[in-house]
Amino acid sequence: MTSVKSAAGERVLNGADILVKSLVEQGVETIFAYPGGASMPLHQALTRYSDQLRTILPRHEQGGGFAAQGYARVSGKPGVCMATSGPGATNLVTAIADAKLDSIPMIAITGQVGTASIGTDAFQETPIVEVCRGVTKHHYLVTDINDVPRVMHEAFHIATTGRPGPVLVDMPKDIQLNTEMASEDSAMNLPGYSVDNRKAQPEQIKQIAAAIKLAKRPIIYCGGGIIAGNASEALRTFARKTGIPVAMTVMGLGAFPNTDSQSLDMLGMHGSVYANMAVRDCDLLLALGVRFDDRVTGKLSKFARHAKIVHIDIDPSELNKNKAAHIPVVSEVGYALRALNEIVEPKTDMQSWLDRCQQLKDEHPFKYDDSFDGILQQHAIKELSQLTQDRRTIVSVGVGQHQMWAAQFFSFHSPRTFLSSSGLGTMGFGLPAAMGAQAAAPDALVVDIDGDGSFLMNVQELASCFCEKLPVKVLLLNNQHLGMVVQWEDRFMGGNRAHTYLGPIDHAEAKGRGSGLYAQDRYPDFVSIARGFGCGAASVSKKGDLGGALEEMISSDGPYVLDVQVPYQEHVLPMIPSQGSADDMITE
Amino acid sequence: MRHVLSALVQNVPGVLAHISGMLASRGYNIDSLAVGETEDPNISRITFVVVGDNSILEQVRKQLEKIVTVVRVDDISAQDHVERDLMLLKVKSPPGGKRSEVRELVDIFRGRIVDVGQDEIMVEISGRENKIEAFIERMRPFGITELVRTGRIAMVRSQSTTTDGESGPKLHDSSIRKYVN
Repeated sequence: MTSVKSAAGERVLNGADILVKSLVEQGVETIFAYPGGASMPLHQALTRYSDQLRTILPRHEQGGGFAAQGYARVSGKPGVCMATSGPGATNLVTAIADAKLDSIPMIAITGQVGTASIGTDAFQETPIVEVCRGVTKHHYLVTDINDVPRVMHEAFHIATTGRPGPVLVDMPKDIQLNTEMASEDSAMNLPGYSVDNRKAQPEQIKQIAAAIKLAKRPIIYCGGGIIAGNASEALRTFARKTGIPVAMTVMGLGAFPNTDSQSLDMLGMHGSVYANMAVRDCDLLLALGVRFDDRVTGKLSKFARHAKIVHIDIDPSELNKNKAAHIPVVSEVGYALRALNEIVEPKTDMQSWLDRCQQLKDEHPFKYDDSFDGILQQHAIKELSQLTQDRRTIVSVGVGQHQMWAAQFFSFHSPRTFLSSSGLGTMGFGLPAAMGAQAAAPDALVVDIDGDGSFLMNVQELASCFCEKLPVKVLLLNNQHLGMVVQWEDRFMGGNRAHTYLGPIDHAEAKGRGSGLYAQDRYPDFVSIARGFGCGAASVSKKGDLGGALEEMISSDGPYVLDVQVPYQEHVLPMIPSQGSADDMITE
Repeated sequence: MRHVLSALVQNVPGVLAHISGMLASRGYNIDSLAVGETEDPNISRITFVVVGDNSILEQVRKQLEKIVTVVRVDDISAQDHVERDLMLLKVKSPPGGKRSEVRELVDIFRGRIVDVGQDEIMVEISGRENKIEAFIERMRPFGITELVRTGRIAMVRSQSTTTDGESGPKLHDSSIRKYVN
């Protein structure tokens, strides 16, 4: 039986202590946990380890889940969140599914009703393992206290190795309280999980080098795998050595500095004209740590149709899934790039291709109406980017127009500085993710660039930011609408407003009959809301006031919301319609 | 194209739910699925019959292999193998006339009569799918009252000669693809 000496004398460790102790042993320093009946013993245990492990109380379990993700995305270490059984657990599901699609290492711990009650529809019982099977990398329902050390060991191993992902550990209350532990054996038993050999073979590296040598119009298409695999340096070396232009996915932003002349910025549905044109015209596509997502490829048959495709990914099931590769390589992308860097030769025979890319870049920059009288979303983001270039800044976003504009107009030069719910596209991601990012990087400036729709979905986390002393800033681009849906309504549905106005239903905008560029009578009053939570706040609507307002936000000590009035008729461009190709790109 | 996949899985709760859920959510069609223990009590074997082209098969297989509790996946139909299906069937055969006819067919198909009731008999028969199908067709005119099948199980034949001097797995051996490229 395991025990510890304490001031009160000898105390026997229970299952909850064992679990929390394993978190400490795994190097976890912060957990986002919301208590409830079935997780109380775990929270009691957390207080006993509070000198080694900080517990941050979110105001909604989903907020805790996204905060854990923000923490993981910034630190590269697994994010840990905890909730009670039933509704606490189901509130975590969206954050878990989100982590699965974006390959974020996360451990989600849920309380569960006692083992004797499982299956009886007990109070606050949900079969959360059943619910989460398809959205986790792996999952456990612990039914024996002696399994706890092994399960926790395996959970961290699975979440962080290979292609990272979320692991759920469901812990019944009686196991948490059980003190009859016979064995502390934490040896893993994973005969079906082996990711150690995911390294490109020397002959594959030679094949890729040969393909590069032969190519006349090569391009790098890189994504989240570069970030997750800490391969940004290897990518930069590879790009600079070969001179090949680099296009990034949303998940890949920051992998390569977008200020570099070789950068083609983001590709895909709202990617740059030059990235999409270059991919259309390339004869060699080096796909590194990417998954040919439909938001990147559009119509698959037309995506890089003239190109030989090299696809390097750590997950074998991504190879040939959406697009067949000529050279498919299962490998840690960093390993493969370092091996390539040993033998690859500078390309000296592609000047006309580089000139062509540069010409496209010069002719079709991301642009907006500079002369616009008020504040355009793009302008606000660009201003923020310029004001924060000389300090460590992390940006999180919600989902929608502001997310794409942040991807287009904020200048990212390091990995782990842009946090976006990219695969699942979860509105409400921005604020809690920023909160987790701030916990992971207390000295960084963390800004949630958000839309008013997304922001309201997890606005309660302002309370966590205030109470836990996490000085997150929110740049709220407030257009009173669900802008991206409005954009699709305008482009494809004759402008018919279908529940995309966020103010009272008797306003003209609710029927799509608003006059002018801005919604009148803005609702809700975000400044009052923020102040009610104890945060600093201001509202700005004049272009001339923006710079000062941003400076004030940046220099404020605590959490701060800057509510920016922006027009709602602005569209994110360029745009490739769903299932279209680069040739269908809308630029006006 | 019809493939028989054989998966070794950890014998833990939920593994079958995980696999069937994955197959259903990704829209793969499974013709037959059979689960049972193996010589190792910690490991179970699931045998699938999947119909689809090679790219579908490759995805099914990779998605199976991605499941943590799946230890290994073999494409048995790519190798020399034995395949069996077990069926129990009740067929109407009132005493007299037709009963001997049914018995004769059972003998020809090398089945066995395992129960005899007032008006019907129960037959046990095993074999390859096409034999089972043929037997069902022969029984239909008599009136099948109940039928139950196990689903396909399969096993690779042993090497009959020792010409293969190499020991250990080869790179193209499908069973070890989980660990190498």
